Amino acid sequence: MELQNIKALIEKYFDGTTSVQEEKQLKVYFSSDNVAPELEKYRNLFSYFSKEKQAKSTREIVIKPKTRFNFWIAASVVVAIGIGITFFQPKGQDDLGTFDDPEIALLETQKALRLVAENINKGKEQIGYLKEYENTKNTIFK
Amino acid sequence: MTQSEFLKIVIPLKDKVYRLSKRLLTSREEAEDATQEVLVKLWNKKQDLKQYKSIEALTMTLTKNYCLDRLKSKQASNLQLVHSNYTSREAGLDKATEDRDRLRWVEKIINQLPEKQRMVIQLREIEELEFEEIAKIMEITPENARVILSRARKALREEIEKINNYGITKY
Repeated sequence: MELQNIKALIEKYFDGTTSVQEEKQLKVYFSSDNVAPELEKYRNLFSYFSKEKQAKSTREIVIKPKTRFNFWIAASVVVAIGIGITFFQPKGQDDLGTFDDPEIALLETQKALRLVAENINKGKEQIGYLKEYENTKNTIFK
Repeated sequence: MTQSEFLKIVIPLKDKVYRLSKRLLTSREEAEDATQEVLVKLWNKKQDLKQYKSIEALTMTLTKNYCLDRLKSKQASNLQLVHSNYTSREAGLDKATEDRDRLRWVEKIINQLPEKQRMVIQLREIEELEFEEIAKIMEITPENARVILSRARKALREEIEKINNYGITKY
């Protein structure tokens, strides 16, 4: 390209009115070996642009797949528990110790109640000690 | 969007994301971190990606926002950004080293520009996008993008002329 044209292009360039295409022409011109001495000062600028276009990221990009990890774990736990409850429920005791004869039923009931009563009385005896605490407390805190 | 679509459409944008991040954060390490973050963000919303007209514009806007947030929090916590430390791919070649130093000077003056100007420089001079695309990414009008770009270019030219006139060597 004519030197005059190049000079005009450079003026246009610094005015910000060149097209991308014209700017590419300038890059080509400045990468050649016969740059006019008076334009030599602009050479670095354009070689810098050309060089920077080649810059590449050298690091590997690590993308961890964003899974619905927690959601699925939670869901499967719920399902597992559900299955567990449904299939492995302990068999209820069918024999509740019922009696057909009312006599025996009465005797058995009394026996059971007596057992409970005895134990309650045993418990009540122990309460006597608490009474002792109460007394001691009363002598201290009047 | 399925995993394979994601790999086909989004992953090729990785280097563009990296380059814009590097322009804004001025550090390679930071830029690599930002790239990772932005792509993970996209991955997490891959279900919604279909509804966007341009996934590329969306990706770049996300990158811009992420980097600006990073810069803000850096400023808030008073941390200094570390400047990129370039390693030569053709280490040992004197010519390559010399070129790199000269180009580093260009990078230095670009890094001194305001964030918006840096962003436009990146998207126009390096990614070679049209003003409409730049505007979409930066969430401004195309006319605004053009104004920012010409300001940035004028600032660069000023620096170039200054050094040239003073006869200071840029090597």
